[in-house]
Amino acid sequence: MAETTYIALAGNPNCGKTTLFNELTGSNGYVGNWPGVTVEKKQAPWKKDRDVELVDLPGIYSLSPYSPEEVVSRDFLVNDRPDAVVDLIDVTNLERNLYLTTQVLEAGRPVAVGLNMCDLLKERGDVIDAKKLSSMLGAPVVEVSALRSRNLDKLMQQTVDAARDGVATKGVRCFSPEVESALQKVQAIVGDTAPADLARWYAIKVFERDADAIEPLGLSTEQLDAAEEVIAAVEKSRDDDAESIVTGERYDWIATVMDACVKKAPRQLTTSQKIDRVVTNRVLGLPIFAAVMIAVYWVALVAVGTPATDWVNDNLFSDGFFVNSASQQKYDADTAAYEDGHYADKIDGFLAAADEKGIDTSAASKALAADDRSAADERAIKAFEAEAAGVVARDVPQHDGDGNLTHDGGKVVTKLDSNGNAILSSGQKLDVVKTVTLADFKKAVNAQEPNPHDYAGFVDSVPSAVTGWLQGAGASDAVVSLVVDGVIGGVGSVLGFIPQIFVLFVLLCFLEDCGYMSRVAFVMDRVFRRFGLSGKSFIPMIVSSGCGVPGVLATKTIENERDRRMTAMLTTMIPCSAKLPIISLVMGVLIGADNGAWWVAPMFYFLGIVAIVVSAVMLKKTKPFQGEPMPFVMELPDYHFPSIRSWALHVWERVASYIRKAGTIIFAAAVAIWFLSNFGIAGWKGGDGSFGFLQGMAGAPDTYMDYSILAGVGGALSFVFMPLGFGNWQATASTISALIAKENLVSTFGVLYGLGGATENSVSMWQGFAGMFTVAGTLHVGAMCAFVAFNMLCAPCFAAMGTIRRQMDDPKWFWFAIGYECGFGWVVGLLINQLYELIAFGSFGFWTVVAFALFAAILFQLFRPMPKWDEKDDHILQSLSEEPVA
Amino acid sequence: MATLRDVKVGQECTVEKLTGAGAVKRRIMDMGVTKNTRVLVHKVAPLGDPIEVTVRGYELTLRKDEAQCIEVADIVTA
Repeated sequence: MAETTYIALAGNPNCGKTTLFNELTGSNGYVGNWPGVTVEKKQAPWKKDRDVELVDLPGIYSLSPYSPEEVVSRDFLVNDRPDAVVDLIDVTNLERNLYLTTQVLEAGRPVAVGLNMCDLLKERGDVIDAKKLSSMLGAPVVEVSALRSRNLDKLMQQTVDAARDGVATKGVRCFSPEVESALQKVQAIVGDTAPADLARWYAIKVFERDADAIEPLGLSTEQLDAAEEVIAAVEKSRDDDAESIVTGERYDWIATVMDACVKKAPRQLTTSQKIDRVVTNRVLGLPIFAAVMIAVYWVALVAVGTPATDWVNDNLFSDGFFVNSASQQKYDADTAAYEDGHYADKIDGFLAAADEKGIDTSAASKALAADDRSAADERAIKAFEAEAAGVVARDVPQHDGDGNLTHDGGKVVTKLDSNGNAILSSGQKLDVVKTVTLADFKKAVNAQEPNPHDYAGFVDSVPSAVTGWLQGAGASDAVVSLVVDGVIGGVGSVLGFIPQIFVLFVLLCFLEDCGYMSRVAFVMDRVFRRFGLSGKSFIPMIVSSGCGVPGVLATKTIENERDRRMTAMLTTMIPCSAKLPIISLVMGVLIGADNGAWWVAPMFYFLGIVAIVVSAVMLKKTKPFQGEPMPFVMELPDYHFPSIRSWALHVWERVASYIRKAGTIIFAAAVAIWFLSNFGIAGWKGGDGSFGFLQGMAGAPDTYMDYSILAGVGGALSFVFMPLGFGNWQATASTISALIAKENLVSTFGVLYGLGGATENSVSMWQGFAGMFTVAGTLHVGAMCAFVAFNMLCAPCFAAMGTIRRQMDDPKWFWFAIGYECGFGWVVGLLINQLYELIAFGSFGFWTVVAFALFAAILFQLFRPMPKWDEKDDHILQSLSEEPVA
Repeated sequence: MATLRDVKVGQECTVEKLTGAGAVKRRIMDMGVTKNTRVLVHKVAPLGDPIEVTVRGYELTLRKDEAQCIEVADIVTA
């Protein structure tokens, strides 16, 4: 096998580089990040010759040392020595694109230049003399069209040939005689320290005083001093700094190239400019932006994305579904009829009435509760029926699907006394079954809840199908639970998001590829700059209100690395749809107990937004997010309709990387949590005290989780939440299990309090939840709000954490993000609880002081002026003369 | 001396000198705003900042603070 030839793909952003890369490789390669930065790195073999490996460099305008994109590109060219470089140029923007070309040509590698978008140029009526350009650049030039796949093989062949020849491009003589002679002198000073083919590159970098770039040379102090003398002389005669002189002269030389090689037709208003007249219009700009955002939100989260995700979650991973709509309708009708029968209520009512008459109901109740009635059970029921012949139950209360009592035709009773009986306001009338006779009872006993499996065209859900299959194969309960609850439950939570992520990225990739994203930054910059984020941070936050996973992924479109990291960290603080059940639980408790009002739900969104703004302002003043101010000097590229192929690949890349990276971490975490919550010591009354799978042990109660390792861990960690008012192990345990998916908080409560299938809409659940925060008979609203606030703001679910990890691609940043989120959530919880306790109970203690101290610290960090850090600018300007380079 | 910040929408000017240093200055120059370049101020964003200019045949956007680093002369209404 021939040795692999590495070819780097360089070019400006929006020059069609990604399209070219996809056309050349079919994009089945590696997509990851460059080490240590959130800049994307793509690598794949050439379709036509698998020994040629293409590396897609980030889109850049220059090889300056100021942005991570530029630094990784420069380091790759100079240190990793690709065998050749393809420099792709957008000819509709020739002048600015050639600026990068002049620098790439100096990097001491064979270079081939591709002139992209020549067709567009012809439409404008401009003519380029490619031959002349080639001779002026000293490199082969090929006219191509990445979009229409024209001449791409020719360009690649030229490049591969150049790579095989191995002759480095010389670099153009673009400088004035004065600068040129200075460069010669510097080159002589540097001498043998630099490798031969990089002599000119390093001479220019020394002249520019690019300290990072010349560091590997290890120049001596004498050499630096000598160079400094040469540079200073030129600077003095030009009255400008060296960096500006070099940049200016490059552009001056490009102007002469333009004159020689390009004939320009008279300018007309381009389509792009016409679109921009409307889209970034002073009056219409904001409404259009709002409309686009609402459209994205609506399509991705309301119309298509969420229903698709719900469909997958509900059908594929929960209940199964019908492929046949007639069966579906029949099943629905039968189910409704079954529910209208209120059979369970009738049975309970009849048994209670019989009990009052002194008839023994215990054998019959036990028999009725059995999953599969045995012959003995049937006999017990028959015997009971014979005894209870004359019993008639009257006014049996009805329950709805959530297990709530109802009044006046289906309205939920929200107030219950301690025995679970309804407390009604005057004028309300409890819904009841008037009379239940023995005939009704018999009918109820024999009524079968419709089983979807009995209908044609029913497709079983994955968990249920796998359960059946595993049980059929004789697997133990622990194995079934591990596979179904642990693995399928966890991985299902990842897969469920795929439709939503897919839809979202179809839209976002389009907005990005067509050029609208840059306009978003243009329109919104003013607002977001105030708290240190960019205009593009808005999109991830909108998306996060649906789901944090695509929200974090959407940060990819932010061009500034610091903003990218900050947005990825903070965006999950917006309540996502999985947190809504928690919010409605709190609403139920507060409104149901007459303590609260309608403003609870909006308050949590408001809390999320405030948390993000406060965090952004605070973090901006910390070292990791500090540094030189990032310039907002940005190209507004021409609008164009992306090619379907490249659009599709773009979407696929994003979705695939989510599945791969987020999937693995969630898998591991889900299994871990499953283990914690299902294994433990059988310590209940009658338990044998051995360690094992709790559900499988003899006599395990419904509240088996009380004895799990999770309960132990919850108990051990609960002291952390003591100051927040919810230092009981149940709250801690459910917080941990909510990491799988936030809505698990509610179902875990159900298990912990033995409420079985109660939902966030069940009054019994509200009571259980309220009971956890009841101190001496009063509901501790502060502790409850602190608990919810903590769960809203702390580390998101594993799916989102996995995505943050993938986005940061750096364990340090990942843990910093998770740590900050938890820490901030804790502080907010502490503030809420301590403030409430102070106002409502008048208690003042150690933690009150801590709360106020932390509050003061937050205010200080919020309002203090931007601290001064070492500026990299000075570093670069001074380092040449100061640094005795090691 | 007038800076690009003072140039009104629809006016064209010539870059005289770039003040400031480091990342911002280099970035502005990398994008083609160098000495003697003609710049047309094209538009102001809906919220009054940033501005959009046409330079070297393409559209560039920059904040007013950054425009202040660009000293210009020869302002004419295009």
